[in-house]
Amino acid sequence: MSSLDDLYREIILDHYRSPRNRGELAPPAHRVEGFNPLCGDEIVVYVRLEDGVVKDIKLTGHGCSISQASSSLMSAAVKGKSTDEVRATIATFKDMMTASEDSSSEGDITADAQLRRLGELAALAGVVKFPVRIKCATLAWNTLSQALDEMSI
Amino acid sequence: MTSFDARRVRGDIPLMQRVINDHPITYLDSGSSSLTPRSVIEAMDRYFERHHANVHRGVYQTANEATELYEGARAAIARFLHAPGGADEVVFTKNSTESFNLLARSWGVANLAPGDVVLVSEMEHHANIVPWFQLRESHGIEVRFIPVTDDFRLDVSNIEELMRGVKLLSITGMSNVLGTINPVADLARLAHEHGALIAVDGAQSVAHLPTDVQDLDVDFLIFSGHKMLGPTGIGVLWSRADILADMPPFLGGGGMIKDVSVDGFSAASGPARFEAGTPPIAQAVGLGAAVQYLEGLGMANVATHEKELTGDALTRLALEFDGRVRVIGPADTTDRGGVLSLDVEGVHPHDVAQVLDQFGVCVRPGHHCAKPLMKRFGLSATARASFGPYSLVRDTDVLLEALTHAVGMFA
Repeated sequence: MSSLDDLYREIILDHYRSPRNRGELAPPAHRVEGFNPLCGDEIVVYVRLEDGVVKDIKLTGHGCSISQASSSLMSAAVKGKSTDEVRATIATFKDMMTASEDSSSEGDITADAQLRRLGELAALAGVVKFPVRIKCATLAWNTLSQALDEMSI
Repeated sequence: MTSFDARRVRGDIPLMQRVINDHPITYLDSGSSSLTPRSVIEAMDRYFERHHANVHRGVYQTANEATELYEGARAAIARFLHAPGGADEVVFTKNSTESFNLLARSWGVANLAPGDVVLVSEMEHHANIVPWFQLRESHGIEVRFIPVTDDFRLDVSNIEELMRGVKLLSITGMSNVLGTINPVADLARLAHEHGALIAVDGAQSVAHLPTDVQDLDVDFLIFSGHKMLGPTGIGVLWSRADILADMPPFLGGGGMIKDVSVDGFSAASGPARFEAGTPPIAQAVGLGAAVQYLEGLGMANVATHEKELTGDALTRLALEFDGRVRVIGPADTTDRGGVLSLDVEGVHPHDVAQVLDQFGVCVRPGHHCAKPLMKRFGLSATARASFGPYSLVRDTDVLLEALTHAVGMFA
């Protein structure tokens, strides 16, 4: 049975209570809005790129603890990284959000390696056991992904 | 003769036997969809096992039986509503949303000219907003909103101004978010004094309060089967026979015609005009059984029971959480139904609902398809608990225990 503790890890509650990189960035920083129309979650991601590196990232919006913690953890994870590294992290994170419950709980080697690479982000791994909450966790990531796509045009 | 014992009602609901996350289910989402009594399930089973056939055109025995069952359900619903013209005033649809679309696309298109006003309120479900916005786009009508006061009632202080140019007042009988019960009979009088018609969204009110369309003197009443102990897939548009007779068909096809030739068609009269294609026969039979069951309970008894539960829950929520759990809706049970929209300080409604699920408690997080109302109160969502005839004080006990847990967890 999925327990609440798998979902609401202490790191998640901490990022929910004290979100990192909260705020706005002035232009020319790129601004992208993300919506979850079913639950009303909204997020705005501001990204400033310099020489292919995420120099700064800020977030505003509102949503549940999972969406807020995920966006906070994301901002901490991608700040100072190159866009290639950020894209790789997005891909790894989204893999984690689509992994089946079995492969993550049975000590699968690649999954374990992935989790280690994700560092604090791995705290969100438990979300997979609560399928309706996956879209909460991925909202910020999809929005950031869209921002990178728009900036590379 | 009616008798009411909520414990016995609960015993009639098979789904109440479910265990969720090691807890007996605490179902507090009747505002979204009610649980189904055994007699309703059995009526549909019996239909499939013994009588199933397409309705209206068969000559053989089971086709006649199916037609009688389908039309019998229509008659039962007419009786339940005290429809003056009987079964001919009951149109079956898929749900309340489809009923509103039928109203807008048939009556609305035929009777509204550019600039004519449809007056709704800020506390409407999207089903009573979006079809009118669509008509605004296609036919240039105006959609106007009655505001909602800070104490969660319709703000009628400026109603004379708002009524100017109104052809239809389309308003909920009971808010699915606030629980506010609107003064439908007064609003009907007001509409008629201004030469307008009134449509009532009864999705909540018909399921939880006695309804007499003659006493209320409304022109249209809309509701869904699955919120009143019936199955999904069946809804109703009730209107007076003389109004229905002048409404053009909405969906075209089989079953709704009097005649078709290569030159064109003429529409059937009566409800059939609006029921194109094979209808949801088993669902109608189920809804017929549901209204029989509700008549057995007595809607006045249902309303009294849910009022008691609501009063108890409002008192205890205020006492136990000392303002940390705010109820978005009237603070006492005057003109108020059993819907408790909760705003828990520091805990997002989705997290509230997630924690509650661990205790087997079913509540609904979200905007409840009432985004203008959410915006009015500066909220993106609430966690909504709502009662049904089978709800008991012990459901509130579990709700409060689980809420205490949620509040502590995110503190």
